[in-house]
Amino acid sequence: MEYFLQQLINGLTLGSIYGLIAIGYTMVYGIIGMINFAHGDIFMIGAFVSLAMFLVLTAVLGFAFLPVVLLIVVIVAMLFTSAWGWTVERIAYRPLRGSFRLAPLITAIGMSIVLQNFVQITQGARVKPLPPQIQGGITLMQGSTEAGTIVVQLSYMQIIIILTTVVLMAIFTLLIARTPLGRAQRACEQDRKMAALLGVNVDRTISLTFVMGAALAAVAGLMFLLLYGVIDFYIGFLAGIKAFTAAVLGGIGSLPGAMLGGLLIGLIEVFWSGYFTVEYKDVAAFSILAIVLIFLPSGLLGKPEVEKV
Amino acid sequence: MVAAAGKEAPTGGASARWESDPILSVEHLTMRFGGLVAVGDLSFNAGRGDITALIGPNGAGKTTVFNCVTGFYKPTEGRIVMRHGPGRQAETVEEVTNSGLRWKKEGDKGIFLLERMPDHEIAHRAKVARTFQNIRLFGGMTALENLLVAQHNPLVVASGFTVGGIFGLPSYRKAEQAAIEKAVYWLERTRLIDRADDPAADLPYGAQRRLEIARAMCTDPQLLCLDEPAAGLNPRESAELNELLKFIRDEHGTSVLLIEHDMGVVMEISDHIVVLDYGVKISDGDAETVRNDPNVIAAYLGVEEEEEIDIPEVLEDVSAAAGKAGTGKGGKA
Amino acid sequence: MASTRTDAPASDGKPAAEMPAQAAQGRLAASLKDAAVAAFLAGVLGFFFIGLRTDIEPGGLEITMRWTAWVVSILIVFGGRLALNLFVFRAQRPATGIVGAGLSGMGEALPGLGKWLMRGLFVFALVLPFFFMAAFPGKDRQFIDLAILILTYVMLGWGLNIVVGLAGLLDLGYVAFYAVGAYSFALLSQYFGFGFWMALPLAGILAAFWGIILGFPVLRLRGDYLAIVTLAFGEIIRVVLLNWYEFTGGPDGISGIPRPTFFGLEFSRGDDGFAAFFGLDYSPIHRFVYLYYIILALALITNVVTIRLRKLPIGRAWEALREDEIACRSLGINTRNTKLTAFSIGAMFGGFAGSFFATRQGFISPESFTFLESAIILAIVVLGGLGSQIGVVIAAIVTIGGIEMLRNLGFLTQIFGPGFDPVQYRMLIFGLAMVFIMVWKPRGLVSTREPSAVLKEKKRIGADMVAQGEGH
Repeated sequence: MEYFLQQLINGLTLGSIYGLIAIGYTMVYGIIGMINFAHGDIFMIGAFVSLAMFLVLTAVLGFAFLPVVLLIVVIVAMLFTSAWGWTVERIAYRPLRGSFRLAPLITAIGMSIVLQNFVQITQGARVKPLPPQIQGGITLMQGSTEAGTIVVQLSYMQIIIILTTVVLMAIFTLLIARTPLGRAQRACEQDRKMAALLGVNVDRTISLTFVMGAALAAVAGLMFLLLYGVIDFYIGFLAGIKAFTAAVLGGIGSLPGAMLGGLLIGLIEVFWSGYFTVEYKDVAAFSILAIVLIFLPSGLLGKPEVEKV
Repeated sequence: MVAAAGKEAPTGGASARWESDPILSVEHLTMRFGGLVAVGDLSFNAGRGDITALIGPNGAGKTTVFNCVTGFYKPTEGRIVMRHGPGRQAETVEEVTNSGLRWKKEGDKGIFLLERMPDHEIAHRAKVARTFQNIRLFGGMTALENLLVAQHNPLVVASGFTVGGIFGLPSYRKAEQAAIEKAVYWLERTRLIDRADDPAADLPYGAQRRLEIARAMCTDPQLLCLDEPAAGLNPRESAELNELLKFIRDEHGTSVLLIEHDMGVVMEISDHIVVLDYGVKISDGDAETVRNDPNVIAAYLGVEEEEEIDIPEVLEDVSAAAGKAGTGKGGKA
Repeated sequence: MASTRTDAPASDGKPAAEMPAQAAQGRLAASLKDAAVAAFLAGVLGFFFIGLRTDIEPGGLEITMRWTAWVVSILIVFGGRLALNLFVFRAQRPATGIVGAGLSGMGEALPGLGKWLMRGLFVFALVLPFFFMAAFPGKDRQFIDLAILILTYVMLGWGLNIVVGLAGLLDLGYVAFYAVGAYSFALLSQYFGFGFWMALPLAGILAAFWGIILGFPVLRLRGDYLAIVTLAFGEIIRVVLLNWYEFTGGPDGISGIPRPTFFGLEFSRGDDGFAAFFGLDYSPIHRFVYLYYIILALALITNVVTIRLRKLPIGRAWEALREDEIACRSLGINTRNTKLTAFSIGAMFGGFAGSFFATRQGFISPESFTFLESAIILAIVVLGGLGSQIGVVIAAIVTIGGIEMLRNLGFLTQIFGPGFDPVQYRMLIFGLAMVFIMVWKPRGLVSTREPSAVLKEKKRIGADMVAQGEGH
């Protein structure tokens, strides 16, 4: 029971990170109907910007008060990662808008290769460890088994991650439901040509969608860095695929769906590792992706697609 | 070619050919999408060697019926019987229904329960071909290739299920030559022979419609289902279409089931008309019967069944529209 | 926000083709402004990556500043963007337009030219090893090895072309079948002592079988969803190979895979070797030449079979499936079987190529079968032009040849100092090239389709007519 509860908490934490990345996938897929293959690598970029900014603040400038440092890091990471997201869209996707559908998929894969190798060249291929910054937590339960005592702990780190995710989700849901930008986005989702005819700046709307997705991915990158304390240039690939799975599981195009999907994928992965084998946890995630797409292609919260004859 | 066997004059009433010798029977067909009933308890027959028209206002459920007949939708309820060979074959129909099989074929005779069959089997086994409301050609392939794709199943057998074809068996080359000849025959019939080597997407709209019909005919269908074949055609092309459909019926003995809004086409060539409104059949009979049916007039003009039409101008329009084909004077006097 | 600030000027300035020809001065000013914006953006993007570098030091992570590199990178972007503006975006005769027109002119002349190019390449391919041995005596081995590598990718490209180019099924996990082929041969030789020629057909059959197994569940999926599920399958196979230590050797891989024999003769120095049997002086190059002809034959078989399949009903059904699946069903084509044959035949050729890869390397491990391989193969097919056989050859030569050429940029080390390793830039350049070629020619290099049957006159079909096989 205690073990289960601890795994549940861990799963929710990991799921929050996946959910934040998944929102980027789901928004972009909703608006231009393509998988932004490079989005996982944007997440990786976010983690690296966070790490560098953190070191600049603590090691170079000598800031010590952690909450302020983290706040600055998160803002800087969101801004700089957004610039990356914007650039990727501008270079690789905008020139191909309305073109043959395979082309943007290839440029997306190309961009993913570019980002990974760019970071590998400029920052090196070795992993970057960051010692845990936020320690301690609340002990929720204590139980004893034959093996000894098991402590169910909710660390402060986990609390921060889950809270941040909830707040960001609320902000972005409001942004899409209430603001003119959100309205423009939904209009482009329905019918891009008509939206353009009615005066929506489609290119700008799509760019901003990439920017928003990248900003959330940057937050996810920072959380990943703080939670695991290790990053390298390759983390984007797996995290990206899992987040995409989450987006599809939740129903592509749906923000709450992406979050729900993220949580489910996080839980599945943690429970799989906790109760079965760690080695095959990626196989579990990939299998879920395949199973969901095959049997539930419209996801949990998505609208079913009717075949038009 | 199955000659138009038994082409006795179709008269209305119980002796009509669609009652005595139906190629297709739709029985108690219901199709629901979620809560929406697109087609409700619809029954009608299409006679062998007839051109049967399915008409009705927009949203009446005509295309849904088509999609059920051709297997693209699985009907919620009901039975759809396709018959090869003359007569109702009532016993065989019951036998197949009760046996749980999808079809039974003996020599030239055959009974196919379309609601049990997947779409490609309906085209391949039951010999029902169709065209689409929004034309679905293989745009990047030439007109000739389109017609060769339609002969896929016999050609696969001739190519020894591909293995023989890879090694260049002469028998396959002969079969392909025959397939090209058949394609040429239909290209000539549809006046597309000069465009045989052009990609289908390059053809003008009317030619694409004709090519789609030619492609359907290349599958050697017994029943040809046409979804609004005259949509977007100019009057000259419409008249040509009429000739083509009559040719298909008279020379090939292929029965035709068509959805059409162009009353000129419908009234001139149809042997039998079924009228749908809101997924329900409101009239069924030959052109004369349907034209004089008050339900039909009401449905097309959007008035309640009980209401009388007493505006003389409207009456005139109706009879003009209905009587466009020129046979008899229409309208409800 | 950095991104929004740069948004307006950059997007206003870019659709320059629409702008009427203005005075050169105005053009220069606009170009400079645009280049400045691009340089600013480069500065923003590069700040944390080029300007700063984190490294592991004994006391934890250290951060170092690299301002020179950062400024240089900004200047490079400024200069590059300015040149692009002046000669491409805002030029009256864009340079890319000239090159593009030349290329498409070539494409239009292709009915004749393509045939001759194909024949020329074929003849050259036949004599290639001897040409290299005569022309580059010192480097022949290296060049033949490169030719073998390129031909392997040509074969993989042709195999994938069946699935993606003809049937329109977007497969991002093609490397899985390559892996199945390689591991089939490696395991068959390890456990049962099979030789290359015995294992080759079995490897192909096993890969085809896996093609059906993996193809079956994804039949209903289209477009991007199909792509991502095939990617997942590819990764599943790799992770299983990596973790099933007892059977596959896990990350250590399998070594000691036998070399192919020439009718039982081994390419060894001994008395019963190939050289001794034919009375030649032993030379290791013999084995390379032999490997070259094996892969050439395998690739040619793939090509001939594909060309024949296109003219058979199954090939036409694949193309029809790519054009319109629903219409296919209305014509009585069993789309399930049609898709499965495409998957399995494509997989079979991947399997053949895989077992060739195993015998050539003598050692395989899961590392050779990553997603990147799938991406490279798909890029070859798409860059070449979907469905085009000659396009795959050109794209494979450009892509693989290009990647390998980047290995030989040693002279750059002299310019940038000893710390500069050009090899690590090769995937970066590859990725950038992938993006730029796709943006420049979205339909690939050879984008016309040749009809499979002709009545009177063969007309090539423009790419804008041909569907890609997704969306309905």
